[in-house]
Amino acid sequence: MDTDFSAQFEELKARVENLEQNAQENKLSMVVFSGDLDRALASFIIATGAAAMGMEVMMFFTFWATPLLRDPKKATPGKDLMGTMFGAMLPKGAAKAQLSKMNFGGAGTKMMQGLMASKNVASLPQMIELAAELGIKVCICDMSMNLMGFKREEMIDYPDLMYCGVAKFLEQAMGSKVQLFI
Amino acid sequence: MSTIAYAKELDLRNLPCPMPVVKISKGIKEVAVGEVVKAITTDPGALTDFPAWAKTSGHQILETETTGTEVNFYIKRLK
Repeated sequence: MDTDFSAQFEELKARVENLEQNAQENKLSMVVFSGDLDRALASFIIATGAAAMGMEVMMFFTFWATPLLRDPKKATPGKDLMGTMFGAMLPKGAAKAQLSKMNFGGAGTKMMQGLMASKNVASLPQMIELAAELGIKVCICDMSMNLMGFKREEMIDYPDLMYCGVAKFLEQAMGSKVQLFI
Repeated sequence: MSTIAYAKELDLRNLPCPMPVVKISKGIKEVAVGEVVKAITTDPGALTDFPAWAKTSGHQILETETTGTEVNFYIKRLK
């Protein structure tokens, strides 16, 4: 009887420990896929809001969102032909992001930026600064960097920045209460 | 007008989302546990955002006071 109880106890203990290990924490894991100004703004508003609510936030930048984190002040010599082409065709930094709708060749974006400034809405570069201040972690997809020919030297100086792959995102997402794809 | 005593006043007028919650989350840390922050907001979203923020971050809204277009929150730091 006694050994039966202790065996059951051990089994329960192991199950509780397992549950605790796999418990979702007060974290937000977000995939930022889009390089559109409006979607990127939404990403940063949610991320900074989550940080304000005490959540640990990680943003994974992949594909079209990758060039948002380029630093326009940094030169990148020594790229191959495709890398140079991608570099020239994609926005160089968050300030160059365009609206997904009503862009009208950039006029719509200019108008929206003016409207945002008049209504005191933070710009995308300001939101990135705020994210850094709030300790939001940023992860850049290595494969996107490679594919588009971006170099690490041309990315922004961000305090908590790293380069990673899909497994890192999934590991974070599994332990996060909130996961988003924008 | 509320008679609640507060240790700090935060002027969050004309700040749109997400700034009011970002600033209150910083501001609350500048008073001691048990003390009260008065936050003055004009963002209509704050009416729902502040209770949601308080609930998840574990602080208490003692009173919500609406004066014209302004909403004042009296928030007690609980931890």
